[in-house]
Amino acid sequence: MKKLLMGNEAMAYGAVEAGVQVAAAYPGTPSSEIFSTLAAMAEDNGIYAEWSTNEKVALEVAAGACYAGARALVTMKQVGLNVAADPLMTLAYIGIKGGLVVVVADDPGPHSSQNEQDTRKFAQFAKLPVLDPATPQEAKDMMVSAFDISEQLGLPVILRPTTRTCHVCQDVTVSQQRQQHQATGFEKSPKWVIFPSLAIKQHIWLNQQQQKAAEIFSLLHYNTATYRGKIGVVACGVSYNYVKEAIAKLGVELSLLKIGTPYPLPQQLALEFMQRHDRILVVEEQEPVVEDQLIKLAWENQLPLTIKGKALYVPREGELNVDKVAQSIASFLGIKLSNNQTLPLPALPMRPPVLCAGCPHRASFYAFKQVADKDAVFAGDIGCYTLGNMAPLNATDTCLCMGASVNIASGMQRVEPKRQHIAFLGDSTFFHTGIPGLINAVYNRANITLVVLDNRTTAMTGHQPHPGLGCTATGQQTVNLDIVKIVSALGVEKVLEADPYDLAAAKAAAAEAINFDGPAVVVMRRQCVALKNRPKQLPKKINAELCLECRVCIEELGCSAITLQDDQPAIDVSSCSGCGLCAQVCPAHAIEEVR
Amino acid sequence: MKLDIVITGVGGQGNVLASRILAQAALDAGYSVRTSEAIGMAQREGVVMSQVRIGEDLNGAVIPDGTADVLLGFELAETVRGLPKLKPQGTVIANNKTIYPVTAALGLCHYNRDQLIDYMHNNVTDLHLFDATDLAAQAGTTKTTNIVLLGALAATNLLPFTKDHLLGRVLQAVPAKFKEINSRAFQLGFQAMEVQ
Repeated sequence: MKKLLMGNEAMAYGAVEAGVQVAAAYPGTPSSEIFSTLAAMAEDNGIYAEWSTNEKVALEVAAGACYAGARALVTMKQVGLNVAADPLMTLAYIGIKGGLVVVVADDPGPHSSQNEQDTRKFAQFAKLPVLDPATPQEAKDMMVSAFDISEQLGLPVILRPTTRTCHVCQDVTVSQQRQQHQATGFEKSPKWVIFPSLAIKQHIWLNQQQQKAAEIFSLLHYNTATYRGKIGVVACGVSYNYVKEAIAKLGVELSLLKIGTPYPLPQQLALEFMQRHDRILVVEEQEPVVEDQLIKLAWENQLPLTIKGKALYVPREGELNVDKVAQSIASFLGIKLSNNQTLPLPALPMRPPVLCAGCPHRASFYAFKQVADKDAVFAGDIGCYTLGNMAPLNATDTCLCMGASVNIASGMQRVEPKRQHIAFLGDSTFFHTGIPGLINAVYNRANITLVVLDNRTTAMTGHQPHPGLGCTATGQQTVNLDIVKIVSALGVEKVLEADPYDLAAAKAAAAEAINFDGPAVVVMRRQCVALKNRPKQLPKKINAELCLECRVCIEELGCSAITLQDDQPAIDVSSCSGCGLCAQVCPAHAIEEVR
Repeated sequence: MKLDIVITGVGGQGNVLASRILAQAALDAGYSVRTSEAIGMAQREGVVMSQVRIGEDLNGAVIPDGTADVLLGFELAETVRGLPKLKPQGTVIANNKTIYPVTAALGLCHYNRDQLIDYMHNNVTDLHLFDATDLAAQAGTTKTTNIVLLGALAATNLLPFTKDHLLGRVLQAVPAKFKEINSRAFQLGFQAMEVQ
């Protein structure tokens, strides 16, 4: 059956088809929809699916299921793998019993990420096989294959789609058949306990598996070669699409080796391809993973051919596309591309992403800006609220990775103890990796303020639930972990709660926390404006007769619902969420409800 | 048959929904499809661009510069920003309404509406520019601007399927209680092209 599916949805279908029994994930663009699609299908297919508190937890839950013989899936984005790196590196030594697929979605560009790290390198580092799909169809098919390969090798397998596979839709052929697997249960054995003596033994085994994986990969149809002449191109993952289109655009004849399994390299196939050519160009996004392996293989076999790629022709940073690849191939062949004469565009307004109209985070940032010293440092974190850095709020001075804000503030405060240090974390981020940092701040008496921006969801990635919401991934009711109680239990002596939409109360809480000697926490609680079941509030309008045109509403809040119309501030009723922050800020009380 | 369509707009305008509707309609009509969309941080009232490719022997989902057949623009400045994707003599169907970004209200950049409209008149051969937001409001809500523009696209002879086929897909994609409004929006968009 053919269905229009996004790559992420296609992978979920693949996992169901492969008979996955346990799945765990932490959301992150571009990976999130793999798991949300799977969670929606979980009940009907008898799959256990959970949003875990972070990627390390997710991987360990999946590993436990595999120890007991089940097929398990874990999904995350590329930077999430850093959090899960600790269990992953050792899991490669331990191996698994049931199949384990780790989907790590990479984000070349990057479109929604703090870096462009290449998971294929990570796979090579961990000595784990990695599959790199070019299309949603291939992503679905590779998911099924990855489970088989995982069980054949006794190793976790990494499936590494990129944004242009994850967020691309295609007509995908799916099967309604679901493989049936019986988990045989955990069997006690010393092989599950990683003592140094076992690590020594397993490291030898793990290295031997590399050759086996390369042999399996050489026979897979995800790696294919077509031959035309003595010059060839090798392409990996989505680059293959660009290369095919670029070759057609240039109207040239070239051999083409498609690599769908970048590590370990399908050596037999690659060797054959190289033997039949004088010159090859390797086109892959990000790092020269395939290129380096080809160069090594050619040198070991003393092949007399030229291998080119990153150094001269293919960009190593950012995303590739047909235009870039056509340029790479043309330069490699020594063809001059006729420059497409495009007209220069007129001056266009900047339109960076900003906090939504009525976003409660805007109100929280504004309250803290109002009461904090001018030189106070605002340590930000990962989530929608990173957008607090945009003008006019300018309320995010640092951003590193999930859960770092509290530690960055703690560290800075050691150097500049007289300055105010205020850290921000989202509710999901608090559970993800915020808690250990807060424990550290309490234990070491860091004089900081931590603000938990609790908007009752994991907003940036598409409103996934987390442990503070009383609801699981599959919609079941569960315990509701109260952030205020947790913070108190961690030993924080000053814990405050406020509704950011109540500006006076929010400012009072902010001032009290900042002035407290020692770590203080303010939980700013108000539902995300994009939540569908949010209670509706009436939109606001500006009473033109009362308006002083002081522009405070525009210049201090930066709400996208307030713009200038004929040089006068005006509220766009269709985008106003009715939060009322502007009405509280307006010195002329000119902002009132639309009735 | 090969048809490459670029949809540009601002996060929140229903860009992704429009591209899915087109893709689903093409799939039902027996064509292969690819779409590529902006999801995540980029969606937050920033620039968004979707790409829809319909036809046979498709490769990647990203349309090369200067080759798109149609540019469907939901917002004026974003339509101009998307023009480099369009092939010479390509068709532009666009909303002449503006959404001023916060940066413009703050005076960090300028949004010159007249200049952008002049630029399009001078540089686009097949231009269909009209107030789609106003038509959407007439249909019942400005949130149907995307559907108005799909209706307008259906009035060209570019799509490899009928107007009714596309409308059917629109109605399947929207919640039951909004079917009537969306149907009106689609028709108003269709008519807007007929009078041009």
